[in-house]
Amino acid sequence: MIRVALIGAGKMGISHLSILGAHPQVEVVGVADNAHLVTDFLEKYAQYRCFADYNKMIEVTKPDAVVVAVPTKLHSLFVWNLLKNGIHVFVEKPFCLDVDEGLGLIEMARTRNLVNQVGYHNKFIGTFTEAKKIIDTGLIGKIQHFTADMNGPVFIRSKQQNWRSKEDEGGGCLLDYAAHSIDLINYLVAPIDKVHGSMLKQYYNANVEDGVYALLETKNHISGVLNVNWSDETYRKMATTITIIGTKGKIIVDTTELKLYLKETPHHLKYSKGWNLIQINELSESVDYYLRGEEYSAQLDYFIKAVNGDVPNNINNFESANQTDRVIDLIRNFKTN
Amino acid sequence: MERILFGDNQFFGVNHSSDEKSRAQAIQFKEDATILKTLDYAIDEGVNTFMCTTHDRISAICDAIRSNTIKYHNFKIYPCLPYAHKYANAVTELGLLGTLKQYVPGNFFGSLFRGGVAIVSKDYIAMMKLLVDAEMKMFKGIPTPVIFLQNVITDLLLGLGMKDVIKAYHQYIISEYNAEPGYITMNMPKLLDFLNAAGIENPIICTSINVDGFRMSGGKEAYEKVLRERELRVIAMQVLSGGAKKPKEAISYVCGLPNIKSILFGASSKANIRETVSIIRDYDLDDENVIMEEYNHIKIY
Repeated sequence: MIRVALIGAGKMGISHLSILGAHPQVEVVGVADNAHLVTDFLEKYAQYRCFADYNKMIEVTKPDAVVVAVPTKLHSLFVWNLLKNGIHVFVEKPFCLDVDEGLGLIEMARTRNLVNQVGYHNKFIGTFTEAKKIIDTGLIGKIQHFTADMNGPVFIRSKQQNWRSKEDEGGGCLLDYAAHSIDLINYLVAPIDKVHGSMLKQYYNANVEDGVYALLETKNHISGVLNVNWSDETYRKMATTITIIGTKGKIIVDTTELKLYLKETPHHLKYSKGWNLIQINELSESVDYYLRGEEYSAQLDYFIKAVNGDVPNNINNFESANQTDRVIDLIRNFKTN
Repeated sequence: MERILFGDNQFFGVNHSSDEKSRAQAIQFKEDATILKTLDYAIDEGVNTFMCTTHDRISAICDAIRSNTIKYHNFKIYPCLPYAHKYANAVTELGLLGTLKQYVPGNFFGSLFRGGVAIVSKDYIAMMKLLVDAEMKMFKGIPTPVIFLQNVITDLLLGLGMKDVIKAYHQYIISEYNAEPGYITMNMPKLLDFLNAAGIENPIICTSINVDGFRMSGGKEAYEKVLRERELRVIAMQVLSGGAKKPKEAISYVCGLPNIKSILFGASSKANIRETVSIIRDYDLDDENVIMEEYNHIKIY
């Protein structure tokens, strides 16, 4: 059994806790949060040991691994503390507000040989992993261009009350929403290393952006457009669509469907010339316990397996999340320049 | 429970196998009248139970049902609480406390904040009951013989091991609403163990069951074993695994399983409703067990 604790019992934290609670190889040893309303409830009905101070929790419960789901501005400090104590870390996305702090944490995890993972759950969705396989086998040829569209109904009125509306706490559409798309492009296409233009627009928030629009280029000179808006109520929930066009075909992929167009008949028997439509139910692998999406269980299961040494710690590790932080920085700094 | 139940996902842009389709459906069902017309197609096919969330728009549908008692005299609703996106979006926007302040009715929370200091009440069960009442308000006057807990809440409580909360919900639905509590889940075998351990026997469970094994957590075999060996009343949902499958093959798999009391499906067009209903009925006619069960069912009432 792996002894796991949670820091931060908000929306994502509670969801992680439930998945950990159902995991056959996990013993939940403690929960830290400063909201008494939540910790009292968890203590009373789930019998978890709860703490207001996470350092106290680490000291008392001595976890092997910790899941961190607190506002982004606290990530660096909390993760540093955990690594210092020899604890494996799963932290919510985005990784760090400061790219250099992230580099320090990468080094720390490496020298201490600790498993490190960041919650970019899209890489555990069947449609995106299939898109990655298709691209890597060369089915769509040499990539020419990509677009990443992302929309959702997070802020649709001028009313803001929490950390997502505060830039210094890690709020804003760029960190909260666009980070997912950037991370997916880094994974599917190639790491982005240039920003040729960006606009961060405020529609309902006074302090953070609601829209992120940018012209991007990967290190192997593939161009792309990022188009993200978290203030669009025509979407019921977050929707991410990535379109990638290459010399031999094109992919349009979201969390439910993968559309593949091939110019010629491929050697690959699974797909044929013209349009191919593949839906998530053909691609998703069953999980042992489901809450809100297979990907949330799959990513924590991967983390637990990595702690056990059963899988390499190479999906969503600190290093890949740091590359995403770097692009976030480039997009934001382009604005201030 | 009727053999065939009509669901509401298509009305509110919920489609598990296509985001694109879900947005098209949101456009198609812009007007309440279109939803009511589609319900009529289901009623025409003899499907008189509507299983729906507590989406704001259901309130207007309930008004229409109440105002035409002749047309809807046989009509029942199985509410599914809560409409989770409403709360999830509110938590993102207002935070947890802000959400509770907005949705827990009356001044339950007002009394908790005195002089800017939160005096935290430990009576979470009372809070749960108030939230259930708030969600159930829109159905007043319409028969709601089964009241479901949505999968996101059922499965959350399952993962957290909160037996007492589930038990409290169960008892409250029976005592306050004189209805049967039901549970929607994506983790049927685990949930049944959990409910039994909480002292809840022969529960009504609505869960994904399809030939693909889609959203059947722990595997199709585990589900089939539970259906063969355990005591429970199952409503199969996502039988077409999100609309992607050929209906005949999909339904023959589900109808061939033991212990499936009802099948829940949703469709947007008259033709699709008619097709799905007739495939289920044709299959049932060939199956003596179901006929016997329906016969027994009629006798009881």
